Formats: sequence, structure tokens, C-alpha cells
Amino acid sequence: MRPAPRLVVTALLLVGAAVFVLPFVWMVVTALKPIDQALSEPNAWLPRRFAAVIGGQDQEVRLGPLAIEPGVWGRIGGAARPVLLPAVAVSGGLWHPAAGSPVPVVVLKPVPASLVAPWREVVSLDGLHGDILPARSVRSWISFRWENFPLAVRSMRHFSRYLANTLILCILNVVGTVLSSALVAYGFARLEWRGRDRLFAVLLATMMIPFPVVMVPLYGFFRALGMVGTLQPLWVGSFFANAFNVFLLRQFFRTIPRELSEAARIDGCSEFRIFWTIILPLCKPALVVVALFTFLGVWNDFLGPLIYLTNEHDFTLALGLEAMKTSESGATEWPYLMAASTLVILPVIGLFLAAQRSFIEGISVTGLKG
Amino acid sequence: MTPGDRKRLRIGLLFVAPWLVGFAFLTCYPVLSSIYYSFCDYDVLSRPVWVGLLNYQDLTSDGVFWQSVRNTLLFNLIALPLGLLTSLALALLLNQPVRMKGAFRAIYYLPSLVPAVAGSMVWLWILNGKLGLLNQALQAVGIHHPPQWLGDPAWTKPSLALVSLWGCGNTVVIYLAALQGVPRTLLEAAMIDGASAWRRLIHITLPAISPVIYFNLLIAIIGGLQVFTSAFVMMGSGGAGPERSTLFYAIYIYQNAFEYRHMGYASAMAWVLCLLILVLTTAASRVARPFVHYQGD
Repeated sequence: MRPAPRLVVTALLLVGAAVFVLPFVWMVVTALKPIDQALSEPNAWLPRRFAAVIGGQDQEVRLGPLAIEPGVWGRIGGAARPVLLPAVAVSGGLWHPAAGSPVPVVVLKPVPASLVAPWREVVSLDGLHGDILPARSVRSWISFRWENFPLAVRSMRHFSRYLANTLILCILNVVGTVLSSALVAYGFARLEWRGRDRLFAVLLATMMIPFPVVMVPLYGFFRALGMVGTLQPLWVGSFFANAFNVFLLRQFFRTIPRELSEAARIDGCSEFRIFWTIILPLCKPALVVVALFTFLGVWNDFLGPLIYLTNEHDFTLALGLEAMKTSESGATEWPYLMAASTLVILPVIGLFLAAQRSFIEGISVTGLKG
Repeated sequence: MTPGDRKRLRIGLLFVAPWLVGFAFLTCYPVLSSIYYSFCDYDVLSRPVWVGLLNYQDLTSDGVFWQSVRNTLLFNLIALPLGLLTSLALALLLNQPVRMKGAFRAIYYLPSLVPAVAGSMVWLWILNGKLGLLNQALQAVGIHHPPQWLGDPAWTKPSLALVSLWGCGNTVVIYLAALQGVPRTLLEAAMIDGASAWRRLIHITLPAISPVIYFNLLIAIIGGLQVFTSAFVMMGSGGAGPERSTLFYAIYIYQNAFEYRHMGYASAMAWVLCLLILVLTTAASRVARPFVHYQGD
């Protein structure tokens, strides 16, 4: 290819990559901000801390205005809502509407001098008063709030339970799916028996059934067994082979030369031993693909846990994360939510980076032959 | 059957036994009972009561049901072409000899692995009307009243289509694998004959990967009709969104089954969904067939 088009292709790919990465960056950056900075307009990219010399002492101050023209809104200390600050604020002079401990206030935007202060707004904040500082006396530096992560974990309440539940489900499903699908795939791939191909056609046909069709009866079924509200409906099924994985493994098993099994059979090996000691070790790459996708499928699953897990204590991470959005005081605490999302996404990214090759090969194979 | 045949049959069945059991209890039984329930009034707590075609009749006069059908089709009308074309374009770009191909492929693929709930949370924040990244960026370039992506019924479907587009990396990788199977000899011969890049794409590359495009189209239709999690997590009122604009088919099934406990009605809806999938995939096949070339044809 000529150099000019190659440059264009690279540029396009770079732009696309930036767009695809941006949500991750925004998530992590938000996760590391103090709440008031995540909710300020315009929203700065990086979290900062502010300090100023007040009364001869260097102390940390909070960010003030939410910048609504033509006045200036400020957030004072621990006040729940921003208040309109008086015009005098620009001068940097002190201001004492009521008695109480001083809470620093920072005003970063000048107020037009013509604006008359609506003092009542300020006085209504009983018990609060603060120093109003001009922007130039405030120092600021970039500072990430790592505490958000433990705080997010705590605000999810049963985080460790959710993590344990999710991991238990992942492990049980991976073990169940890999074992049962490999057994069944072996039966379809490497044994000759009457009716095999017809039964395999049935297996393929079951892949076409959309989940909503079986959703209601399965719920009724597990409910009758007393399993609703426990983790059981979410892993029991995996021990009965999944059609898609059977198909995938069968394709792989068939590529192994027949002679290998024949030789073992002549030596008097049982079929199960051939499966276990000869074929399985040779099919490790395919088994890894099945294990990886099963793990991710369970880690990411939302609808299943949503249907079967009724008690808040027994949630998985996906459900816990969703519950975090709706609970609390009603207002969404975005930094915590983003921190929790980061924690849920991070293992997936780690797994992908550790096993990138298996992922890409797996997806290519399933796509081409599916 | 000879004794040898019988022995082979026994061993074969023994190996596939896990699937046979699963097939009986986790597929056959649910499918059959789902058909039965769809003709019943059923709330899980008490025994199903046969009501004949009533559920299906109710569907035809249920305005919300029709709205969910419309919503789902409209959403797919945006999301499906957008997803298929974008992923094809990305795959074509990635198939060029560029540096750091592996890194690019990883970046495009990763979002498709992200848990739907976590991804939805991130987009919920990006699309936030006031503080979201998107609207702040739009305001920065001078658009003073950017849309309320998740609050304005006109924008909710395009917004969710954008969210699903973020996860198109899966399809990109499938396309990419197909593109690597396009015969080099054909492309080189066309190049020597002086065919432009565009003509090579139209006459060689696209026909060569047409079975994969067709496969992706079918998968996208089947998946798109069942869109659930992003709407359920991101939109208010149980996923229905403002003015029920994101009340998708799967959301309405879920509501009927697990919120109203109209399990019979939900089952009837599930079978209508099957029919819908069948009709749409058949229609897509009819339209696509003439353009799909299998190697050796």
C-alpha cells in the first residue's frame, strides 16, 4: 500500500480507538473525583484539590461556585445546596452572616459589581459562615481520590458476599460446562452409533430457541424444586451440557486423527480413558476457550440473577451494581457508582489481557463456523 | 442390530447422557409447558387455568404490546445497520497493513466483553443530560441546548443504539477473521488488472465474506429483538423509559412475567417473539440470498 492511504487508515483507526477507549477513561476519572467535582459544571477532566492561606494558616478549601451567570453560586462547607453569594465576594473580604465555626468558601469567578447581593439567601443558611477568597489566592493541584474505591465497596454494603456469590457461580458453571460439554461433544464427534447424526441435528436446533420461551417454565420448575432465591438455578443447568459449546468442542475434537483413538482401543483402553487421557489433553486450547467464555458469561449475566435471586444478601456483583444505582438517598453518587463499575470491569480486562489469543481465536472460530 | 452395534449405541448414549437429561428437563419440558401456559391463565402460585386463545386475543388489542413491537423494530432499524456497517468498516481498516494492529484489535474488542450492567452505568453517566461527557462536549463546541439523550423520547432509542454500538467489537473480530480468508491471489490479480481499491472491495472482498455478513445479520436480528439489559438498567420505570419509548419486547415480557405475574400472557408473548424472529430472519434470508456467495459456488 502507498504511504498516504496507510497514514489515513492509521489516523482513522486512532480516532476510532480514542472513541472506544473514552468511556473507560471517563469512568475511571470520575471514579477518582470527589463528589462535588463530579457534579460541577463544566466538569473538569482531572480531580483537583484546593488550598489557600486563611488567617495565616495553610488549609484545604472546597470548590465554590457552580457558575451560573450573572450571579455566582457557592457551596459553603457542608451545606447541602449551593447558595447565591453576594457581590462583595469578589473583594475577598470576610463575611459573617451568623455565628458558628468558620467553613471556607472559594469563589473562582468574579461577580459583576453591579449585582446587588440577595443577603436573605445567605442568612437562611443558619449557623454557617465562611471566608470568601479571590481565585488568585487559591492554589490547586491534581489529586486522585483513591478513597472512593473502599467507599464504593462500603456503599454497596454486601460487596464481599456479591463477589463470593459471583465467583462461586463462575467456578461451578465453568466446571460444569467444560466437563459436560466435553463429554457430550466426544460422544458426537468421535463415536459411531445409530441415530447420532439425527440427535446432533436436534441439539443444533435447540440453539434456535430464544430464552424468553423457556424463561417462565424454567422459573416455575426451579420454584417447584424450592430453588428460587438460591444460587442453584444459576449453575445446576451447566452440568447438562450447553448446545453451543458442544458444537464448538465437537468441531475441535473432529480435527484429531482417528488413528490415535484406534491405537488406544487396540491396546484395550476404555472409551472413557481415551477421552480423558488422550483427547482432552490435546484439546486444551478449545477447552480454555469454552471455560473463558463461560466464566465471562456468568460474570456478566444480569437477567438470570435478576429472575432467581430475590434476597439482597444473595445478589451477584451485576445485580449489586444495579441496586447501587437506585438505592441510597435518591441522588446518584456518580464517583462511587463509577468506582464500583470499574471494580466489576477490571477482572474482565485482566482476563482478556491474560488470554487475548484464546479470546480472538475463539470468537473467530465461533463466528466462522457457527 | 448386531451386539457390536448395541454396545456402541450404549457407549454413545452414555457420553451424551448429560445433554439428553438436560434436553428433557431444561429444554423439552419448558418448551412444551410454555406452549401450554400460553393458553392458560397462570401466575406460578396457583395451577394454570385453561383459557384457550384468550392470551393471544388480548395481545392483538393490547396497545402497550404493539408499542413494544414498534419500539423494538424501530430500535433495530437504527442499531442493526449502524452496528453491521461500523463493524465492517472497522474490520476493513484493521485488515490493512498498519502498525500496532494487535493493540487496535484489542481496544475495539474489549468493550464487547464488558458486563452489560457496568457498561450501562458508564453510558448512563456519559449521556447524563446536564453533567454527562457528551453534552458537556457539545456545549463546549457551541451547541447550547444539546438533547436530553435519556430523557427525551425521541432520543432514547438512538442513545441505546449508540450504547450497543460500543459493543460491536465482537462482530469486528468475526469480520476480521473472514477478511483474512479472502483469497490473496484474486486480489492481486485484480490489482494487476488495474482495479481500484473500491472495485476490489465491491467485486472481490465483499462477495468473498458475504456468508459471514449474512451470518452476522441473522445473529444481529435474533439478538436485537431480545434487547433487554441496557434498557432495563439505564431507563426509568423498569426499563420502559420516558413515554414508554424504550419499552422493548423483552422488557414487556419480563414485566408481565415477573412484575404482574401474568405468566401465561408472557408465554404467549414469547411464542409471538419466536414467530417474529422466524419471519424476520426468513425475510432477511430471502433478501440476502442472491448476494451471498459460498466458496465453490
